[in-house]
Amino acid sequence: MGGIIQSSIVRKVAMALSGLFLVFFLLQHFSINLASVFSEDAFNAASHFMGTNPVVQFILQPILIFGVVFHFVMGFVLEARNRGARLVKYAQYNGAANASWMSRNMIFSGLAVLAFLGLHFYDFWIPEMVHKYVKFAPEDATRYYAETVEKFHSPVRTILYVISFVFLALHLLHGFASSFQSVGVNNKYSTNIQKFAKAFAVVIPVGFIFIALFHHFNH
Amino acid sequence: MKLLLKIWRQKDASDKGQMVDYPIDGVEEDMSFLEMLDVLNESLINKGEEPVVFDHDCREGICGMCSLQINGEPHGPDRKVTTCQLHMRMFNDGDTITIEPFRANAFPVVKDLMVDRSAFDRIQHAGGYISVNTSGNTIDANAIPVNKDNADDAFNAATCIGCGACVAACKNASAMLFTSAKVSQYALLPQGKVEAVDRVKAMVAQMDAEGFGNCTNTGACEIECPKGISLENIARMNREYLSASVLG
Repeated sequence: MGGIIQSSIVRKVAMALSGLFLVFFLLQHFSINLASVFSEDAFNAASHFMGTNPVVQFILQPILIFGVVFHFVMGFVLEARNRGARLVKYAQYNGAANASWMSRNMIFSGLAVLAFLGLHFYDFWIPEMVHKYVKFAPEDATRYYAETVEKFHSPVRTILYVISFVFLALHLLHGFASSFQSVGVNNKYSTNIQKFAKAFAVVIPVGFIFIALFHHFNH
Repeated sequence: MKLLLKIWRQKDASDKGQMVDYPIDGVEEDMSFLEMLDVLNESLINKGEEPVVFDHDCREGICGMCSLQINGEPHGPDRKVTTCQLHMRMFNDGDTITIEPFRANAFPVVKDLMVDRSAFDRIQHAGGYISVNTSGNTIDANAIPVNKDNADDAFNAATCIGCGACVAACKNASAMLFTSAKVSQYALLPQGKVEAVDRVKAMVAQMDAEGFGNCTNTGACEIECPKGISLENIARMNREYLSASVLG
């Protein structure tokens, strides 16, 4: 069993599956955020459900945190091994001749997303945990919309959000499509999956950027 | 054609090595890259200097012996050619050309531009074969029906010449394209399916033991492969490996 866990292919598949899980989470997060553009009540209702439902809070949330931590840690572990596989570097290495910038710089786009997660946790997740599980503040099902919109008053924070989602798009442009290759889906029938993954990688981050700008300019 | 060659010189495996400049004149556009190096070596020998050591054999693009990282790309800037099939018309008069050995811990430099690619042999030995009784009652392979798509894919995988350009191109020095081609050429055919489970596990284990990096699907290997081996083979190897590991 130890041999299998050490295997380069199992690690690569684990990276892909955790990435696919995070992509699914991203879609769910986007759907709720998008509701804030159309309806304050709908956004509050969805946020209240996610913030108070015990299955979401005590089962899905820990799984999500594990998925995030696993994806980042495994990313660093693989990067370290990969860099170590060529200790004497080329004097000239023309990486752009045969591979996209996104595919060659996943560690940097990933680090940018990790930095964004730090800001995002500082903005939303930590205050939310303190509100619910430290202060045990009374539950108010209508507070979420105002709290969210307030964060986008700051132009600096809004710009940071926009830049972060550009990096997320760059990360997904390689990562989402690549995860299908890793789990073995690549043949003459799978070209539409690749197209879908590339479109998703652009549309969802652009959607998040739109939501941030919408609240910044409308409130 | 007048060129400035920047060539990696290294006395032996323990030497640190360095890039050395060699101006060269009178290079013809129709020369192959290796013929250009032959001209350089002749002039070095005439001057009493040590010629540059590089691998070569058939010079027809089929043996996989020639290597060289040329201007940052394995086998140079042309596509689907080995270095022996790369012609000097791909370069311009006055160019500076950087020539290095294929770099990977698993491909240690023997001398100058020659590297030891026996790691590939050991991966092949780990499972890249079929066990058949050749005592006189062997069944003719043509007597077994094979799906045309599978036959084509197996043939294409088998065109891998094991040159190592995939490893040299990969930013992670991964050998997955080579290994997957060797796994695929058997896995797709009835004769190879019998030992498919043991084969993929043994070849991947050997690949990892040799110290190659992990594949991150950049696709550089496929672009630089002189035989155009497809990334589909890596996806197939991943499927084969997972199925072999989970189902046995």
